[in-house]
Amino acid sequence: MSFLTLTSLQKSFGPVQVVKDFNMSIEKGEFISFLGPSGCGKTTVLRMIAGFETPSGGAITIDGKSQQNLRPNQRNIGMVFQAYALFPNMNVAENVAFGLKVAGRPKAEIDARVKEMLGLIKLDHLADRYPYQMSGGQQQRVALARALAPKPQVLLLDEPLSALDAKIRVSLREEIRQIQQQLGITTVFVTHDQEEALSISDRIVVMNAGKADQIGKPADIYNRPATRFVAGFVGTLNLIEAKVVDPAANRISIGDQGVTLREPLGNAKAGDTVSLALRPEAGSIAPDAKGDTALTGEVVSSNFLGSVIRTRMKVGESIISFDMFNSPGLVPPTVGETVTLRFTAGDLLVIRD
Amino acid sequence: MKKFWAWGALIFGLLYFILPLIGMTNFSLKMRRGVYSLDAYAVVLGDPRFQQTFTYSILMALATIVFGVLLVVPTAYWVRLKLPGLRPYIEFVTLLPLVIPAIVIVFGYIRLYNTSSWLPLTGSITGTNILLMFGYATLALPYMYRSVDTGLRSIDIATLTEAAQSLGAGWTTILAKIILPNVLVAVLSGAFLTFAIVIGEFTMAALLNRPAFGPYMQLLGANRAYEPAALAVMSFALTWGCLGLIQLVSRFQKGAQSAT
Repeated sequence: MSFLTLTSLQKSFGPVQVVKDFNMSIEKGEFISFLGPSGCGKTTVLRMIAGFETPSGGAITIDGKSQQNLRPNQRNIGMVFQAYALFPNMNVAENVAFGLKVAGRPKAEIDARVKEMLGLIKLDHLADRYPYQMSGGQQQRVALARALAPKPQVLLLDEPLSALDAKIRVSLREEIRQIQQQLGITTVFVTHDQEEALSISDRIVVMNAGKADQIGKPADIYNRPATRFVAGFVGTLNLIEAKVVDPAANRISIGDQGVTLREPLGNAKAGDTVSLALRPEAGSIAPDAKGDTALTGEVVSSNFLGSVIRTRMKVGESIISFDMFNSPGLVPPTVGETVTLRFTAGDLLVIRD
Repeated sequence: MKKFWAWGALIFGLLYFILPLIGMTNFSLKMRRGVYSLDAYAVVLGDPRFQQTFTYSILMALATIVFGVLLVVPTAYWVRLKLPGLRPYIEFVTLLPLVIPAIVIVFGYIRLYNTSSWLPLTGSITGTNILLMFGYATLALPYMYRSVDTGLRSIDIATLTEAAQSLGAGWTTILAKIILPNVLVAVLSGAFLTFAIVIGEFTMAALLNRPAFGPYMQLLGANRAYEPAALAVMSFALTWGCLGLIQLVSRFQKGAQSAT
């Protein structure tokens, strides 16, 4: 039986339904990310789990126990907020001890647990500092220690890295994942950053307009997006409009170039338009590039992005982007040049909405 | 040229405020003919009625502050957290004591709570003291509410509340351990202003017939020459002392620089 279960969860604010029939089962010790754009309902689901919002319908159970009539302070859920939310009048040690003091734990136990938590986040030396005396990354680590100190059954992270700069974000997300695995705590992480979600999650829930579009492992979400929205939201993706030529043979045409797909075209008939997805990193224009499929087009732009060079080429009416790893000797294609992009037919996914 | 006018305006303003004070202080020191002395101050401080009324007013000020904090902090907090739409109405209500004269309020009290009413507070000394405290709290409401509301604006009360709730805290703990300490400077500002208002208040104390400092000052002013000036100087010093304390507390409150 799953540890955290969300069944037909719904939430409306007035006439606007922000969460629609949301179902999810989370195993004990799992790290789940809710990924989606602003306003997709991911934070609302998190806040319903925490008890800050009352569901308009559906049920939440943790370890088999319904959370319906429990107030937020009765749920034993730790939460980390985007804005840190450290208590400004308390120093680091007092912040971490707060939940334990509220629970009425003995002083010796509180002191030991605070020490353990500060050791876990490697901030033992800052126990006497006040929040305003620390950087954003340090504050968020303290917030994490504070949330973990009372040994919650579920840890909720509401975009905890959004307010931090890029380097700190990467190191802190690795630290969060390491601590989560060390403690084996069931964790729900809300983010709109696909890289964050892909890098630290056991499973990802891609949310769109109040419902889960796809739930799966990071590699599945990235490599096999179930909907056009997931394909567009996770990673950079080429969406290519193609015409069905011979559905029985999975034959389509992009512009005037024919391609045979590995995926079946389903109920499509000859002459229908289908949407195909191709990752920019799937193909190559190098002379020795491997691949059973090729598309030739004219380069319309070539942009240096640091580790990669992203080039856009026109094939029929579609613009297709592809990436080349940067190296000192690489000569990027020039605008107007005709290039041939090679890739495996299996990389071309049929998008079904 | 611009600087000249700026300095001119500043000096004019300072003279406008300071000259009467200098004159009053000078007069208060002239009780003994021909020499400066502190005789008027000695007479005032040695008067048992001064000690009695001053002590009474201080106790009433402290009671008013405690009542005001207990009333205003949870109200302002709740309005900001759960009923933000009501803020303009609550602000309007808290501003009413500025436009309704104290004499109207106290007559209303006397009519509502006289000995033949359903709650005869004026029938006993304790009851009348309580009534006077409510009156003082009403007079101080605009200052106390605005101070606390401004303090609450400087912290993210919604997130701090949720953080505390997720750690198991109930409303009382949140108010006492999180909200109040973080708006302490604002509360103290309101408290010192309340103190200054209560110490000098005349109308309510006189009409409820309580031995407060305000009526004593009026009585002294009507019958003596030098002592009222000494008393006025002492009142000014007290008020300025309160304002100085507000500044001091603001500067030294730990964590005051943080606004989560």
